[in-house]
Amino acid sequence: MKKLTLALAAFAIGATGMVGPAIAQQNEQFVPALVYRTGPYAPNGIPFADGVADYWTLINERDGGINGVKLVMEECETGYATDKGVECYERLKGKGPTGAAYFSPLSTGITFALTEKVPGDKIPLLTMGYGRSESRNGAVFPWNFVAVGSYWTAADVAIQHIAKELGGMDKLKDKKISLVYHDSPYGKEPIPALEARAAKNGFTFKAIPVTHPGVEQKSQWLAIRQDRPDYVLLWGWGVMNSTSIKEAAAVGYPRDKMIGVWWSGAEPDVTPAGDQSTGYKALMLQHGAGKFKVHEDLDKNVVSKGKSVAKDTYAQVLYNRGLINSMIGVEAIRTAQKKYGNKPLTGEQIRWGFENLNLTEARIKELGFEGMLQPMRFSCEDHQGADVARVQQWDGKAWKTISDYYKADLSILDPMVKEQSAKYATEKKITPRDCSKES
Amino acid sequence: MLYREVGQFKTSYAQDMAIFPIRQDRIALWLTLAIAFIVVPLLDIFQIWPFKGEYLIRAILIPFLILALAAIGLNILTGYCGQLSLGSGAFMAIGAYSAYKFVTGVSIMALHIPPLPVFISIILGGFMAAFVGILFGIPSLRIKGLYLAVATLAAQFFFDWLFIRVKWFTNYTSSGSVAAPDPLIFFGYPVTRPVEKYLVCLIVVTAFALLAKNLVRGNIGRQWQATRDQDIAAELMGIRPLYAKLSAFAVSSFFMGVAGALWAFVYLGAWEPLAFNIDRSFQILFMVIIGGLGSILGSFLGAAFILVLPILLDQVPHALGIPITVETVSLLVFLIVGALICWLLIVEPHGFARLWGTAKEKLRLWPYPY
Repeated sequence: MKKLTLALAAFAIGATGMVGPAIAQQNEQFVPALVYRTGPYAPNGIPFADGVADYWTLINERDGGINGVKLVMEECETGYATDKGVECYERLKGKGPTGAAYFSPLSTGITFALTEKVPGDKIPLLTMGYGRSESRNGAVFPWNFVAVGSYWTAADVAIQHIAKELGGMDKLKDKKISLVYHDSPYGKEPIPALEARAAKNGFTFKAIPVTHPGVEQKSQWLAIRQDRPDYVLLWGWGVMNSTSIKEAAAVGYPRDKMIGVWWSGAEPDVTPAGDQSTGYKALMLQHGAGKFKVHEDLDKNVVSKGKSVAKDTYAQVLYNRGLINSMIGVEAIRTAQKKYGNKPLTGEQIRWGFENLNLTEARIKELGFEGMLQPMRFSCEDHQGADVARVQQWDGKAWKTISDYYKADLSILDPMVKEQSAKYATEKKITPRDCSKES
Repeated sequence: MLYREVGQFKTSYAQDMAIFPIRQDRIALWLTLAIAFIVVPLLDIFQIWPFKGEYLIRAILIPFLILALAAIGLNILTGYCGQLSLGSGAFMAIGAYSAYKFVTGVSIMALHIPPLPVFISIILGGFMAAFVGILFGIPSLRIKGLYLAVATLAAQFFFDWLFIRVKWFTNYTSSGSVAAPDPLIFFGYPVTRPVEKYLVCLIVVTAFALLAKNLVRGNIGRQWQATRDQDIAAELMGIRPLYAKLSAFAVSSFFMGVAGALWAFVYLGAWEPLAFNIDRSFQILFMVIIGGLGSILGSFLGAAFILVLPILLDQVPHALGIPITVETVSLLVFLIVGALICWLLIVEPHGFARLWGTAKEKLRLWPYPY
């Protein structure tokens, strides 16, 4: 009998789980967040999720929502696993009066899976600085927005920075550059761009994979010690980054010859390695750490009211990235409201808002993001909006910006975007949109 | 009580050999099938709670069915034939990637196979997995138990490596992630809506469960069970271990290959080898152990427990409006599910299937099981 009672209790709990939240207010926009606050990628997942949540809170607290439409958020824990991410997506996509506004999975694997699902559900996918590089082509990928920069942008900028350190593009010839990468779609994405650069600039490129989750990479670094490349690019995530820095120190590879992607350049990546990280460089997805004007608003409206979810992650690199991610989403909703009215909007309407989003210098300043972001503009052909990045260096205590903005070489990347997206279109039998007819 | 077979006389051999000799079982089975095939689609069409939206079908029922199929596959090998395997993820991956290759067309040197229809590709994916399963089953003729588990673990790591490294399997995509055709066309009919995908999975799983049930109670199933219980005795009784063990590997891998192809094509849509890593193998092994070794019903119960319970628990605090953060919830879910598994294995080491068996016995003559 006890077992039966238990079974009934379990069933009752399960049944309440299916009811979902109480009846939602009508004038609300539902914004879902796929987060990972547990697992091997949590050190990096937490600050980003905090930034995302805090900016939405700021909009509600300071402005009372977007033109009066309150944002209602809900997090779902994915643990960086694709199948869990798909489950979370299914759980959240239909909530709120108009369904989910947009999704940002912060995982290339989940992005690939959701890319197949969002066209059917008509929900935009904002993958800022990650995801499919070829999804820049909005004619083939109407629902993906690889905002601010793609992995190919990052690869190209990293090579440009190396060339500058060496003293010119011609100095790259006969140099050796190795890529230590997370062995997943995420880590593999930059390889074609680096291969294209290697062919053009005449350096030797070598790709060295590290298996998930990346805590075991002794043999890779021993190979690097033997091979002595001039530079090592690091394409890691989560615990893999700090492990790489420790292993580099163990084999005596100079940290200032290592350049990480913008997902390998935050505080949780360098602090676990302590002094060994000093000198390590990483790309910036335009912005860095530190406080800007938007943080004053956050201090006043969110932090002082005790509504911030961030503890020690506040104003860190990934926290700031979370702010920008939410800001782009919120501005897309605002843009869409100009066309469809100040009410809760559907994913399809918000997609139009993304595509017509124009963040001018003045607007960025107004939002308090001056110094964090350059002007960017989406269009039907261009779902990326920007091509610039900087480089920062860890001095043992903080990240210091050490370069000016580099612009990725579009003469190399554009044909790649075209070719790869055309390949995707033929494989999936998609007829690309005619962008000249879009309004 | 409810479950009394008094008055149910078997008057022919056919009745004696029926899959479900007791009338109550037959009724329960037909009811379950009726709910699965008729009530669920109807509820979905009319959007009646709890089928409002697509969540229940797309995020719970479809993965449940597919993983139950994989669990049946592993149950044939581990539960019925006694061969411990940690390679389920690998066999699912073989099914998924082979199906992908068949559906996009294969050309190896002089051999050109045009793109094949989705359903045929999925079945061929199963056959490829069966073929590889036989290869990796050969060591089972010499090694047993944990040592065999290690050998199948080798399969797991080898295929993880193969599908990451050999670009031919992913049609040279730069990221190594591949996507299933969209829409999935089954016999000329495009399957796009969640309920249609559910029905496809349901038909496949029902057919395969029936096949498995008939296999395990027939000649070959008896050979498997004899090998499991005492392999030397089985050999002395004239059962060839080569045939018994390798056939178990083949059938089991075939099931897992089909499950893997469905998991990739129907549930994920786009996948990478990480979707079939060692965690998947453990997940399926736990389903089989929790559900009950050597039971088809147990495979379903185990799949429900391991897959669905954490998802439900995960949503309880939010549904009840309890303000705790997602990381606390996911840690709690770990704790609760872990504790439940321990508790269940202490109370009933033979899993849910045995629990159900005891319940049936008790229902015959309440409250005494006999």
